[in-house]
Amino acid sequence: MNEIKQVGGRAVVVRGHDIDTDRIVPARYLKEITFNRMGEYPFFDERHDAHGKTVDHPFNEERFQGAEVLVVNRNFGCGSSREHAPQALYRWGIRVIIGESFGPIFAGSSVLLGMPTVMASSEDVGKLMALVEGEPTAELTVDLEARKVRLPDGGDIDIDISDGHRNALTTGTWDSTALLLDNMGEVAKTADKLPYTSDFEGPAPL
Amino acid sequence: MSDRTLYDKVWDSHAVTTLPTGQTQLFIGLHLVHEVTTPQAFDMLRERGLPIAYPQRTFSTVDHVVPTDMRVRPFLDEQAEAMTAALERNVRDFGIEFYGLDSDRQGIVHVIGPQLGLTQPGMTLACGDSHTSTHGAFGTLAFGIGTSQVRDVLATQTLAMDRLKVRRINVNGKLPLGVHAKDVILTIIRQLGVGGGKGYAYEYGGDVLDRMNMDERMTVCNMSIEGGALVGYVNPDQTTYDYVLGRPFAPKGEAFDRAVAYWRSMASDPDASYDDVVDIDGSAIEPTVTWGINPGQAVGVLENLPRPEELTDPKSVEKAYAHMGWEPGAPILGTPIDVAFIGSCTNSRLSDLIAAARVAEGRKVADGVKALVVPGSADVKKQAEAAGLDRVFTEAGFQWREAGCSMCLAMNPDKLNGREVCASSSNRNFIGRQGSPEGRTLLMSPAMVAAAALNGRVVDVRQYN
Ligand code: SF4
Repeated sequence: MNEIKQVGGRAVVVRGHDIDTDRIVPARYLKEITFNRMGEYPFFDERHDAHGKTVDHPFNEERFQGAEVLVVNRNFGCGSSREHAPQALYRWGIRVIIGESFGPIFAGSSVLLGMPTVMASSEDVGKLMALVEGEPTAELTVDLEARKVRLPDGGDIDIDISDGHRNALTTGTWDSTALLLDNMGEVAKTADKLPYTSDFEGPAPL
Repeated sequence: MSDRTLYDKVWDSHAVTTLPTGQTQLFIGLHLVHEVTTPQAFDMLRERGLPIAYPQRTFSTVDHVVPTDMRVRPFLDEQAEAMTAALERNVRDFGIEFYGLDSDRQGIVHVIGPQLGLTQPGMTLACGDSHTSTHGAFGTLAFGIGTSQVRDVLATQTLAMDRLKVRRINVNGKLPLGVHAKDVILTIIRQLGVGGGKGYAYEYGGDVLDRMNMDERMTVCNMSIEGGALVGYVNPDQTTYDYVLGRPFAPKGEAFDRAVAYWRSMASDPDASYDDVVDIDGSAIEPTVTWGINPGQAVGVLENLPRPEELTDPKSVEKAYAHMGWEPGAPILGTPIDVAFIGSCTNSRLSDLIAAARVAEGRKVADGVKALVVPGSADVKKQAEAAGLDRVFTEAGFQWREAGCSMCLAMNPDKLNGREVCASSSNRNFIGRQGSPEGRTLLMSPAMVAAAALNGRVVDVRQYN
């Protein structure tokens, strides 16, 4: 698995606090049993009117096509646990999200896809938004090791990301299954020590 | 840092090891699986040739996409049929206990875990669903997870997790008559904010929580995620043990006594320390209604809607007003509704239905209102029917349905149309949540929904006290 230490590119801005995962991917698309087509759906109901005609939305704008960095405000990805939301953004082309804060399940799922969610102050997010909207060709680079966003003018912005998420990304262990599977002996020991696995004599229906 | 709380004790006893990333590998005592968030996870296991590590700790049901009127297979909705069939194949292939539509144990995943005695204090629990925190009512650390994490739990029965801080929320005093658990949690979210719980587990306590029955505690814990907290719980006590006793998967006989001793030991110590403590006056809580597009945008039923210029962040309500179409400063009381929905993992248990039926009994749903009661599980439905609640509702003009998630997220045929306004006992008023991109949702307690259904508009349920 790749190590993800620096990630970036052109950016797109989606403004607004508390943008929930129902808005990122409406529930009707959760009926698909694979993630394959999720890249068609990010913000679907905000990008289309009731008749399916496209309406104004950053994800529809020509100048933001090909963006790999998404800049958002507070509590982005709150609500439903649906991994369809980070999957949709990732498959659309996003590789890193910079925001004031994130819903906890959304942030956890994003890391497992190798898509960091990093936090910046609301002033800095405001600055980034203005920069990107004014100059959509600007390239931003998120440097996870230095905990900085590097700007085209040589300046930078401080970012925050939990140590666990950062280390998983920078050491290429963000797809956690392999890491967890390494310790199955220890897992069994922990399970055996828990009184409910034996002493309560259940649950063991099978 | 918190110390000697239930969170700390359960975390420490379930910690397998520290991963090279610095995260904790945490053992998961119970894994609940439903049809929507898991097909991709099973496919990932197949791709990697992995078995399920602890199939006996994994239970599944079908709830989100099932129709609640005609449950004849194949479903008319081909995608819902394919999704249900995929789960049936996955549980067969991987050897998992499954409660399908023909089982009397079927129901919303967060209703059946407790009802079957699977959810127990002092345990960790995970489910690919954000309202997994419901199980916290038992003193369980219950995590809502994404699909890749479902894969991890299936493959290893563990998760890679960061430790949370613990915030104690005391609700003291006496709730006024007509004020319910739903009003308590809506008030907490309103006060602390929809992102206020970021990085925290919420421990709910105080005499209001102490007096609540398990259904009520589940309602409170259910909506923790709407306050931004991944985990919410109540310490176990006699009310908890009495609820678990005698359920199908509860420990039996002497084993039950041993279990209670363990469960008691896992509760937060009296001198536990917390990262934060918040006190809320329960006697000041009113029947509460959301007016906007997130569960924190709520007012007491007698209050007026906020005026943007009086808020610290006027822009935060711009989108809400644009979507809902209300006048700032208008009263919420009297807002006309088109649909009334009583159901969801927040409020579809027997005591919720009893509270709604008390209001509905002997009265009639207003003309033009479509009113729906959807029990949380086949078992709740059976018990409600034994108590005659189905007749109370149908005689009042409510539709009485089969168990499922229904109009909570409208992945089945129960949906809002156009700009309809729905008085709903569910947990999310997000744009589009109830199936129409223009639809509008007002969250409130089941008793308040029943009262709104009878009047065709938002009323104060206390008029029926
Ligand atoms: S009732 Fe609603 S919130 Fe609860 S599990 Fe079903 S869809 Fe999710």
